[in-house]
Amino acid sequence: MSGWRKWLPVGVVGLLVLATAFPFYWAVVSSLTPEARLFEAPPLLPVELVFDHYRALFDERNFWIPIRNSLIVAGTTTALCVSVGALCAYALARLDFRFKGLILGFILAVTMFPQISIVSPLYLLLRELRLVNTYPGLILPYLTFAMPLTVWLLVGFFRQLPRELEEAAMVDGASRLTAFREIIIPLALPGLATTAILTFVYSWNEFLFALSFTLGPERHTVPVAIALFRGQYQVPWGQILAAAVVATAPVAALVLAFQRRIVQGLTAGAVKG
Amino acid sequence: MASVRLEDVHKTYPNGHVAARGLTLAIEEGELLVFVGPSGCGKSTALRMIAGLETPTSGRVWIGDRDVTQLPPQERDIAMVFQSYALYPHRTVRENLAFGLRMRGSSRTLIEERVARAAFALGLEEFLDRKPGQLSGGQRQRVALGRAIVREPKAFLFDEPLSNLDAKLRVDTRAELGRLHRRLGATMVYVTHDQEEAMTLGSRVAVMHDGVFQHVAPPMDVYSRPANRFVAGFVGSPAMNFFDCDCEEREGAPCLVSGALSVPVQAGEWVRKAGPGAILGVRPHDIELCAASDCDVPARVDVVEPLGSEVLLHLQLGTDAEAEHVRAVVSPEAGARVDDVVGLRFHRDRLHIFKSSSKTRLN
Repeated sequence: MSGWRKWLPVGVVGLLVLATAFPFYWAVVSSLTPEARLFEAPPLLPVELVFDHYRALFDERNFWIPIRNSLIVAGTTTALCVSVGALCAYALARLDFRFKGLILGFILAVTMFPQISIVSPLYLLLRELRLVNTYPGLILPYLTFAMPLTVWLLVGFFRQLPRELEEAAMVDGASRLTAFREIIIPLALPGLATTAILTFVYSWNEFLFALSFTLGPERHTVPVAIALFRGQYQVPWGQILAAAVVATAPVAALVLAFQRRIVQGLTAGAVKG
Repeated sequence: MASVRLEDVHKTYPNGHVAARGLTLAIEEGELLVFVGPSGCGKSTALRMIAGLETPTSGRVWIGDRDVTQLPPQERDIAMVFQSYALYPHRTVRENLAFGLRMRGSSRTLIEERVARAAFALGLEEFLDRKPGQLSGGQRQRVALGRAIVREPKAFLFDEPLSNLDAKLRVDTRAELGRLHRRLGATMVYVTHDQEEAMTLGSRVAVMHDGVFQHVAPPMDVYSRPANRFVAGFVGSPAMNFFDCDCEEREGAPCLVSGALSVPVQAGEWVRKAGPGAILGVRPHDIELCAASDCDVPARVDVVEPLGSEVLLHLQLGTDAEAEHVRAVVSPEAGARVDDVVGLRFHRDRLHIFKSSSKTRLN
């Protein structure tokens, strides 16, 4: 009985890990398998490792261009989102002004639009602004979707921080903005890291806007580039999977890098505990 | 150092709660004044308005000869110790102590010197490179204190700084705060709900209730001549006994009468102001046991609580079910036992008489 109870959670977690990790494992293995073997009965372990798909990806398809584009777009979106969103969320979490609840509700409502419904109006707008097929042409629409999420998450995070810390800082001679910079930001780092990752992942993987607002391969982002791999007569599965691995790696690395920050309980010892 | 003045300060929160109704008070330079009162009486709000963390709805706040009513906290040059200590958890003790000076752009040498001095005075030297999370409650409390004193501000504000400490540490730290006040000669405003803390620390005590200063005076005056029934009941432990009495003439002398209780009192101007009734207050320590023939009222002993040097008696006046309860503190030699019927005699010079309607002091 006790052994059964002990091992049940381990088994459940194991299954969960298997279920989430398997597709990625499969993609890695397949991306290293020669094209001809891809359609045979699938072996769980790689039989023959080749780097053909990766070589083709960068040599023939210039895959570094969509990677560069994605890094610029996702990176800028994330930086703007977190910096502007943090100030915004702080104001909503701490300052007293009218219609606060209404503003928060409104911010959330913006994210409720189905993306597809605003593609056409956004396209017209971007065309008027001469932003089609430019980086800002993607960053601006991404901000409108990512910012509300950032603000909501951070408002929750800032509200958890004890108010006395800022009050102490202000009595100590800091202005509100200095207190924000010196006290709140360092303490909210786990929250900022979490929202940064979510924003980055969202803009890195976004497909619909990226497809609609870019015109040529020189501005295509990673998901769009991958989608356009398929030719008229064949689908280059090996290259698609290799590209998927390349596209996932930076995000996975980012999450792993910030994982410690996210888990860390930074506020220990601030107030009586 | 500077004086602190409140001028007819009102505070109504947006939710309609009124926390201050016309607070007027002058705290002199170098004085340690204690705001004391039950929770929700407005004492913390009053302190926060001095700090600049709340803005009064009306009225003025002065620090020294400067009207600071509309100034943000960082421009008031005050230091505050919070109940939760509010130490910066991501910074070391040294950085916590230096923060205020750094914010004011002090030179590095001055900061180092002041931090070293404060750390020495508070015995924090060996903890300077630790973070608050690695300190005990008492040590954190000292860091919070240190953060205030390095600044050498115009005034110190304390918001229940001892309430998170255990009983023994609280008494020690209380004494230390008293010494600190004498040594620095600093203006201090101290908020507490603990009347013992208020009595032992304050040069003056401001008893607050319902957003109003009920009585502002040196501790012993508040204890021996409380301004109204609330102050009388709040200050002193065990709490004062109260009797709703009628004023009657007995054997040619005015008497306060309540059931079996009859206490002759000295005639005075107050009798005329009292009207037909008054509230008689007497502290448990001002009641003595005596022979039934010579007493103000007979009573039955209900509970006996030995406290060591003295005994706290819970007594019942009269015998019926609605009997009034009285507390008395007597010497153990009296040997009172449960269900004894004893005579009580109130100390004549220490009677407190309050008006029935306004509850203000009459004698």
